[in-house]
Amino acid sequence: MKKIKLLEIAHGRSGDKGDAANIGIIAYNEEGYKILEKYLSADLVKKHFEGICFGKVDRYELPNLRALNFVLHNTLGGGGTVSLKLDAQGKTLAAALLRMELEIE
Amino acid sequence: MKEKIRIASGQGFWGDLIDAPYNQVYGGEIDYLVMDYLAEVTMSILQKQKNKNPELGYARDIPELMKRILPECKKRNIKIITNGGGVNPIACAKAVLDVAKSLNVENLKVAVVLGDDIREKIDELILQKCELNNMETGESIISIKDKILSANVYFGAFPIVEALQKKADIVITGRTTDTGLTLAPMIYEFGWNKNDYDLLAAGTVAGHILECGAQASGGNFLGDWKSVPDMANIGFPIAEAYPNGEVIITKHENTGGKVSFETVAEQLLYEIADPKNYITPDCIADFTSIKLEDLGNDRVRVYDVEGLPETEFYKVSCSYADGFSASATLTYSWPEALTKAKAADEILRKRLENLNLKFEEIRTEFVGHNACHGPLAKSLNEDDINEIVLRIAVRSKDYNSVERFGKEIAPLILTGPPSVTGFAGGRPKPSEVVAYWPALIPKKLVEHQVKIFEV
Repeated sequence: MKKIKLLEIAHGRSGDKGDAANIGIIAYNEEGYKILEKYLSADLVKKHFEGICFGKVDRYELPNLRALNFVLHNTLGGGGTVSLKLDAQGKTLAAALLRMELEIE
Repeated sequence: MKEKIRIASGQGFWGDLIDAPYNQVYGGEIDYLVMDYLAEVTMSILQKQKNKNPELGYARDIPELMKRILPECKKRNIKIITNGGGVNPIACAKAVLDVAKSLNVENLKVAVVLGDDIREKIDELILQKCELNNMETGESIISIKDKILSANVYFGAFPIVEALQKKADIVITGRTTDTGLTLAPMIYEFGWNKNDYDLLAAGTVAGHILECGAQASGGNFLGDWKSVPDMANIGFPIAEAYPNGEVIITKHENTGGKVSFETVAEQLLYEIADPKNYITPDCIADFTSIKLEDLGNDRVRVYDVEGLPETEFYKVSCSYADGFSASATLTYSWPEALTKAKAADEILRKRLENLNLKFEEIRTEFVGHNACHGPLAKSLNEDDINEIVLRIAVRSKDYNSVERFGKEIAPLILTGPPSVTGFAGGRPKPSEVVAYWPALIPKKLVEHQVKIFEV
């Protein structure tokens, strides 16, 4: 087992869909995508965002872009102008996900 | 048929770089300039402006922009497509025609797409058992009917295609999908059909890449962002489209920014849900089919996109008034900046409680510590924290509670923890909370019209 920082193998972008946030995570190369595909599960993402994401997390694969897309439900404090959050649109959540360290074999 | 067309993105939202569309026109060859002005919140703002003055309700940047680009666009036959007509596309068209007259631009056709605004028809729809149930909760719209500020159907590319077929130089729409603005000229120029789903999906993908302006060409790029050259002069993206659906994403020469696999991939993932089902009024695009090839020199080839037939529904976006909110900030300095900010927050909350004010939510964030990443933020020793901005926001159905909250902020300076500053600009005022009601409506219940105005 070794630890790998997500920040070192991937980049991404996040935004809002109502009260849900989406986070696209893109590996810098194919090897990195294999790690994302194998280890970066919806459960891990849900756990990572404990206290931020209060709904379920959907995970989608886009091997063509070396990317995974996560949709985090019930995350933005109501979304739109309802949300009181400074980051009401989840713009900084992709960076927040890149804080994660993955344990890989 | 043209061998290729160059479609330039001139605006990613209302408030984007004012000179971007100007630079797209004057920076090199383009055939179309497309500009997205409408975020969800924009429609309700525009509706409020129109309620006060029936001549308003559109993006007023448009006539100002036209003064600078209209003669050049007419001379070079650059067509302009924008959804900046907001809730009053006819007034927008008239303002553009006034500009044309004042500049002696002749033989100009301005098309307007109408029919997206269904605010006045909601009662009738309810009678027809179309209750515009909320897509997320399933609830009927009847519960918020009296609070509706705006209600618009998202049209796709085809009403714009119709306008182009009528030889419009400028097409002004109300609520149209961002992607439709870019797809429409491809359908028109290359003669694509309504059932050419792969081609429609290809144009839709190009539209998604262009719809947020420079977010596809190096802006807000989380990859190696420091490698993006000359962001001060960032070039907005251009889609060089071909009849077979292939598109090359690029930007004008001698501009800053960067178009690469990474910058385009980031934009493709922006605000999407299930990538296999990217639903628009025109088709369903499969984002897992997209192939990207970085050709170097700020050129990325997008090809092999696959699509499926469109659904029988349009999406409707209603906005409605849902109470009031306000936010305030105060800045605390070292030593013990975070402890001071936390103490101030407690004091304020106690005072609000003593006043018996009613809030649905009070939210505290410590900017410089955890406002963006919440519990994921690293905890720091107080000695390493130079300053903290305390940000408090409240939301309530009760206007008076929110207003009173605004009066409780400045007093913290003289009646709370020390070394506090940054309270300028007066008491925070309550602003109306605009909530959204996403719904679907059968396409057969909605009709669009295309009107032509000319000088």
